[in-house]
Formats: sequence, C-alpha cells, structure tokens
Amino acid sequence: MIPHPDPTQETLVLNMGPQHPSTHGVLRVLLKMDGEYVIEAEPVLGYGHRMHEKMGEVRSHNGFYANVGRMDYGGALSFAHGHVLAVERLSDIQVPERAEYIRVITTELNRVASHLLWIGAFLLDLGAFTPILYSFDDREIALDLLEHVTGARITFSYFRVGGVCNDIDEQFIEGTKKFIKRMRERIPMFHKLVTGNIIFRKRVEGIGIIDRDMALRYGVTGPMIRGSGIPYDIRKVEPYSVYPEFDFDIPTYDEGDCMARHKVRMDEIEQSLRIIEQGLEKLPDGPVMMEKVPKKVKSGPGDTFMSVEAARGELCYYLATDGTDTPYRMKIRSPSYSNLSILKEVTSGILLSDLVAVMGSMDLVIPEIDR
Amino acid sequence: MSDALIQLIIILALALVVVAYAFGNSAILVWVERKLCGHIQRRPGPCEVGPFGLFQTAIDGIKLMGKQIIIPRNADKRLFMVAPVLSFVPPIIALMVIPFSKHVQVRDLDIGLLFVLSLAAMNVLAILIAGWSSANKYSLFGAVRAVAQNVAYEIPLLICLITAVMWTGSLSLGDIVNAQGGTWFIFYPWGFVAFLVYFITGMAETNRAPFDMPEAESELTAGFHTEYAGMGFGLFFLGEYTNMLLMASLATALFLGGYNLPFIELTGDGVMTELLRVFIFLAKAYGMIIVMIWIRWTFPRVRFDQLMNFCWKILIPVSMANLAITALVMKLGEL
Repeated sequence: MIPHPDPTQETLVLNMGPQHPSTHGVLRVLLKMDGEYVIEAEPVLGYGHRMHEKMGEVRSHNGFYANVGRMDYGGALSFAHGHVLAVERLSDIQVPERAEYIRVITTELNRVASHLLWIGAFLLDLGAFTPILYSFDDREIALDLLEHVTGARITFSYFRVGGVCNDIDEQFIEGTKKFIKRMRERIPMFHKLVTGNIIFRKRVEGIGIIDRDMALRYGVTGPMIRGSGIPYDIRKVEPYSVYPEFDFDIPTYDEGDCMARHKVRMDEIEQSLRIIEQGLEKLPDGPVMMEKVPKKVKSGPGDTFMSVEAARGELCYYLATDGTDTPYRMKIRSPSYSNLSILKEVTSGILLSDLVAVMGSMDLVIPEIDR
Repeated sequence: MSDALIQLIIILALALVVVAYAFGNSAILVWVERKLCGHIQRRPGPCEVGPFGLFQTAIDGIKLMGKQIIIPRNADKRLFMVAPVLSFVPPIIALMVIPFSKHVQVRDLDIGLLFVLSLAAMNVLAILIAGWSSANKYSLFGAVRAVAQNVAYEIPLLICLITAVMWTGSLSLGDIVNAQGGTWFIFYPWGFVAFLVYFITGMAETNRAPFDMPEAESELTAGFHTEYAGMGFGLFFLGEYTNMLLMASLATALFLGGYNLPFIELTGDGVMTELLRVFIFLAKAYGMIIVMIWIRWTFPRVRFDQLMNFCWKILIPVSMANLAITALVMKLGEL
C-alpha cells in the first residue's frame, strides 16, 4: 500500500479500479504517478475473494469439483484437469485411456478459446474495438463444440474422478475438424490485421520488457515466461496425462516485450490445434469412465502435488488428506496471481498507456487471482 | 419593410435551418456510425427501433434526457454545467459561414475562415473546463491531454489552411470555393499533401480514434466526460459529431472544391441547380466522415507521446515545406 501521497505534491496517487475498463474485473491498482508516468504500481487484491481453498477443505473431492471452473472463466477445463488428476493420483485411480484423450482434446480446445478471448481483450485495452468481435466469432464455434459434449459454455463440470461424464460423438469430431481447418485460415488473417499493424507494433514492441532473469526471479509462468525466451511448459518439462504421446512445439520468443507475449499466444493456438488433430486421430476406443466409481473417493493418509499447464501458466494443486474423502489442506497455485507479482517492477517508470498494454499482455483473470 | 429587415429575416430563417440541421446531422451520424461499425464488426448494428433501427438515436436521446443529472460534490458547479454547452454551441455557430451551395449560406463573411477557426478552437476550452471542473483525476488527465494535443495539432492545421488560402487568395469561404471552380485544390500535388495533413489533424482536433487521447476509454475510463451523466454527456456527444461535420465541411470547401463538380462548371442559379450543389457538397463531406468512422473502428489507439512526436516531427515540417513549395510555385507562375 502507498501510505501517503508525496508531501511535496510532485506526484499524485491514481486509483485504477476496482471498477476500470482495463482491469477486466475487480482488480485495483494503486498508481503513484508523476504526470503520465507511473512511478509505482501496487495491485490491491481481495475484492472478489470467495475462499475457494477453504471450501476445498470442508467439501469432499467431488463436492469441491464444481468450484474449480469458477476460478478461471477463460480456461476452466485446465483447472478441472488439474484437480481430477490430483485426486486420482492421491487415491490411485486408473482412468481409461479414451477418457484421458478426451480430457486433453477438450482442454486444448478450451485453451484455444481462452487465447481467442485474450486477443480480443488485449486489443480492446489498446483501443482497437473491432478485433474482439472477430476473435469471438471463432471462440463461439469452440464454445458451441464444448457445449455439445459438456453441456456448459464457461464453467464446465465435465471431468469426473475416474473419467469424463459424456463420450464425444461424431458431430463433435466433425465439428472440431472443421474448426481446426477454419482456425488455420483465420490465424494468418489475425497476423495480417493485428500483428503487422503499425500502430499496434508501436504500442507493444519494446514495451514492458521482462528479461530472462526477471522472469525467473518472480517465477512467472505460461506465455509470459515463454515470451522471455524460456521454454518452460509443464506439458513438456513435467509431462502428465497423455501429453507425451503428442508431437507439439513450445513457442518461445526472446524479446520479453508485449509483442513477444502476443506472438507466443498466437503460436500456441496453432500448437493446440495440432494436439487436438493428433488426439482425434489417435483416439482409442473403450469406456470413458472407470467401471466401479466409488461414491466417496477415499485414500490413505498422505498428500500429493499436481502441476498442469493452464492457459495462463503453471497451475498447481496441493492436497493433503488424513484418510477421509475431504482434503485436510488444499493449496492452489494459480498462474495469474503469481504473474501479477511482476507488475510493480515491470511498470515502474513507464507511461499510463503502456501500463494498460502490459496488464493486457499478462492475460489476467481476476477471479483466479482473488479466489 | 426595409431591405435590411428582410435580409435579417432571411438570415434568421437560414440560421434556424442550420441549427436544426446540426441536430439532425448528429442524430443521423450516430445511427450511421453505429450501423457502419456494426457491419465492420460483422454484426447488424441497431435494427430494432424503426426501419433499419433508424429511430434508435431518438430513443437514446430520450433516454439520456430522462436521466438524472449528477453533479459531483467537489465539482465546480457552474463550470461543470457550462462545459457541455461550450462544446456544442460553437461548432453550430461556425456552420453559419459554411457555403453549402452558392446561396445556401447564412452569411458569407470576408473573414469566414478565421471565424470558423476561432470557434472551432473553443472545443479544447470546453474539454479543459469539463476535465478541470469534474474534480476527478481521470477527467483532469483527459483535459491535460486534450490541451497538449489540440495546441500541437492546430499548428499543422493552420499551415495547411494558409496554403489553401494563399492559393485561392481569399479568407471568405464562398470566394475560396468559387476560385477553385472545376479544378479543385486537391488536384495539385501541394494541395493533396495539404489535404492529407489537414485530414489527419482534423481527426486529432475532433478527438476521434485513433487520436481519442482525451477520452481513451481503456486508460482513462471516459476521460474528460467521466463524471457527466444524461444530457451533459449527450451534449458532448452532439458536439463531437457537429465538430466532425464542421471539419469535413471545411475540407470540402477548401480542398475538394465545395459544391463544384470536378472539371465541369455548374452554371445557373435555379432551385434544381442549387439542390444539386447542396447534394454535391454534402456527399463530399459525408464521404470524409464515413472514412473517419472507418478509421476509428479499424485501428488501435496511438500512444500520447507518439501522437505528439508525429505532430511535431512529421506533420509540422511536412506542412511547412508544403507551404514553402506552394509559395514558390505561385511566385514562379507569376514570372
């Protein structure tokens, strides 16, 4: 917190949020400004806190499961994936292979939708109104496909401990193949419309530079660390689920500026499409749910730590249990929360307009920061 | 009745028509902008109220009028109320000297251009007052930006207009249009450069995206009009569209030959000819406004310091060089 404005009256304190168009929710940033220059930016959290971790400690594993999608409205399936994998590891549950493939396919589809949401929101922050409707055009198709199998569009409760609740059908497979083909035509269009635009390039190139060292010091993850030239992706460095069976690349850029983060996300859409394509090809037959699902998912006393790659970075679940179906302690490490910690150092001494660009390039999802 | 009285009545009647036109223009332009931006964004735009959503603006106007006028506690009440009026009235008055056709012009002042420019400059005063009196930091930021931006961009704007005035040899807008005749000023290379610079500065002067620094929604919430609710905001909105029309009309008169067709001289003073002239004039002006709308919904916002750099380092040198070349060409032509 900034205690007092400068007594010499050279600086002023500007309160950005909790209601501000560029904070995408109830994030509050206290800015100490010298004219248009930001001297210090201090995020203030807690406006949307819902005690998700405490709820996890009073509800059973299955009872808490509905909460995970409420944390990250952009990429809810990654959060669900991490949770079910953690519970399954804790209680030694084997999942049918087909279920695991379906989980990966839907999660990657959700990642594409999440990145499309980000492009629109980022450009809205930069003052371009139109691209969000173009990216939502595509996101709509992805959400329709997900709705067809999961029954929900944003807060999915599709995965179960032991599998997934619905099998995917021909309609989903055909639709997804069409979507992949469409996206491959649309990505060059986005590059042509957005990445090459001179005003856009002037606004993001060399702005908000996070170098290798700074990225490692703050422990940022996801597209942000990959934009700083470090190929750190949980899907590769600590493979989980069926990811080792897929052939995909980790896009990295060395510049560390907003443009690098933009390019990383654009490339990640392509890589996710590759994973979905391979997943649909390799999809094995069989059940999508283990045969005898226990009503109460019990395990012996112990703890587990599960990391997955969510759309915004590394997501970790720590579950400790004393032998009941309710975790004794639950700790969630959510990517946006950790990524936000870098804001103060990156934005000191830059312009207010650049602060908005940097915050946009971080892809913050506030309910996941305040969870 | 004396001649002077008749003339006064004619002037008053025409003035009334122009004021009514300014209101109608804003209403139609809001609809055009929303419809166009809708189609640019691959959605239909307003389509519920009336045919093609034509009455959407009227309904919105009624909604705005029905809203409570909220004055912030710390605001300077008098200035806070004056600012929207100051933003809306001057451009309407300036429209009085615009020659929509040979005779549809309220008053052809000898210093018409100067009159328009001095009234157009009031816009920045309105924004400054609004930003200052709101007692809101975001508003103040918007006001500070607006002043810096408008002061900077008025320089190339004036230089471009001087180029046109030099070429046509008059400050009266009617004479400027007549001097161009069939060969518009834009047909000369120096005229084209002047028009281009004028168009860019005109967009900056009317605070339209990508130069909408004083508003800058994603940075300053709504900038200078953050605290305005209801019709206060509505008047700023009307003022913006009237300013757009003024800028486009000025460009039409100075660079695009006003009510003249290219290469063909329209002769005669009949009613039909006059109507045709008004149509030609408005077609040019609205064509430019549509280009401005198109640009707004296509590009991201430039950053403030980039905007100033662009003005001081590119636009001002270019416009000054252009002025020098025009002077040289004119002098060489005399020899």
